[in-house]
Amino acid sequence: MTALIVGASQAGVQLATSLRDHGYTAPIVLVGAEAHAPYQRPPLSKQFLSGAADLASLELRTAGFYAERGIDVIRGERVTHVALSGSGRRGAGIALTDGGRAISFDRLALTVGARPRRLDVPGADLEGVCYLRDIDDAARLRAHLTRAQEVVVVGGGFIGLEAAAVARAAGRTVTVVEAAGRLIPRSVAPMVSEFFRQAHTRRGTGVRLGSGVAAIQGWQGRVSGVRLLDGTLLTADLVVVGVGVVPRTELAEQLGLACDGGIVVDEYARTSEPSIVAAGDCTVLPHPLAGGGRVRLESMPNAIAQARVAAATLAGDPRPYTEVPWFWSDQYDLKLQIAGVAHGYDQIVVRGDPGAERFSVLYYRRGQLQAITAVNWPADYLAVRRALAGGTPLAPDRAAASDTP
Amino acid sequence: MPKVIFVALDGSRRTIDGAAGDSVMATAVRNGVPGIVGECGGNRSCATCHVYVDDGFAARVGPPDDLEDDMLDLAVSDRRDTSRLSCQIKLTDDLDGLTVHIPDEQP
Repeated sequence: MTALIVGASQAGVQLATSLRDHGYTAPIVLVGAEAHAPYQRPPLSKQFLSGAADLASLELRTAGFYAERGIDVIRGERVTHVALSGSGRRGAGIALTDGGRAISFDRLALTVGARPRRLDVPGADLEGVCYLRDIDDAARLRAHLTRAQEVVVVGGGFIGLEAAAVARAAGRTVTVVEAAGRLIPRSVAPMVSEFFRQAHTRRGTGVRLGSGVAAIQGWQGRVSGVRLLDGTLLTADLVVVGVGVVPRTELAEQLGLACDGGIVVDEYARTSEPSIVAAGDCTVLPHPLAGGGRVRLESMPNAIAQARVAAATLAGDPRPYTEVPWFWSDQYDLKLQIAGVAHGYDQIVVRGDPGAERFSVLYYRRGQLQAITAVNWPADYLAVRRALAGGTPLAPDRAAASDTP
Repeated sequence: MPKVIFVALDGSRRTIDGAAGDSVMATAVRNGVPGIVGECGGNRSCATCHVYVDDGFAARVGPPDDLEDDMLDLAVSDRRDTSRLSCQIKLTDDLDGLTVHIPDEQP
């Protein structure tokens, strides 16, 4: 009854751990393409990039933990092929790695994550164009950052803004280039986008909205600037690209699983072949706060929550996904915390004072609380997260009152 | 290698060799100490690493800062004077033998 978990990051490690917690006693094999022991990703664009944390401090579990829990971790090998057996037990099959290994399994979980979307413009392969997804990316970027003077960040999402904040705090000249008309457009209200634009500008980081990149320019194979679609040239000796991720659906497609911008799963983390589960950044899942549609929640909390659900399903004790999505981002001394899903709202309530860099925005749809974004205000964030989790209504007029805690 | 002692609700103790500079939360999670979750990875965003610092160490560990204080007020079911988020306690050689008690539930 070997369980094979493909992908050894947050979701994979949590799935393995939770399987043991459910009393699963058969072998568990966790295969990861990266050479490093499984580690936390969120600090890569924060404490690790700034030099405040090293790789050892990011390890998810000790080697002793995996040995003690009987979790066989295979590192540095990517599963390239997977197939279910035509006969025998449903869900059983075999996987092949690029290291030449064949692994037979009785249960399969895909926690394969996502890859950074590449910038598709001339010059994108020049030395000094960096991405930020795994620890090797982060180490490379950190090394470049020590030598760089002028940094252009392509993409005004969370990764881009966090990298910009670290670079600016290190004294570099930094410009963020965002194709949309505002920062982090998919995740927060326009006024929050505007707050972050001003907050970055106040700290000396340039922000150019509605600016597409035409090309990366280079000299002797190295980056020398970024040419925008309007013809402007920004000089740069380092370019950080953070333009989103693409879920790794190749294995799911080999298995014939339904994919739609990610591996489609239900609230029990089951794929379209119910004997196979999937969790984390590679999935799209139904969520009540998403208004009946499916969402991809690219976050560590989702990876953990969904992996727990997947483990329960595999262990024969299925429990639906009920976690309220949550997320955080650290930029300079600003802590942004988000709970819920800020899609399809028709009303917002602002509490606190954006000018003082401490405020929160609550999102409503037809009077129903949906989400919060809080800046330097964890109390509001936590209160709303709890209200969402408990289904407690919090009326807009009451939320607007400053004396409501 | 400062040692940390985790005391479970039933009084059982688990001693772990930590590393100076690591947080108490990270030390617990990496070694699979039950009852300390650390969902947010140490970013003061979840309060799932709440502990009670043993009286003998409370003064040396010190009080929480404002942000952590808010989190403890709101998120923790049974807050006491010695409540801390263990992600905010960094191990030092001076804290060798640090003893913390695990609460009966995390948010």
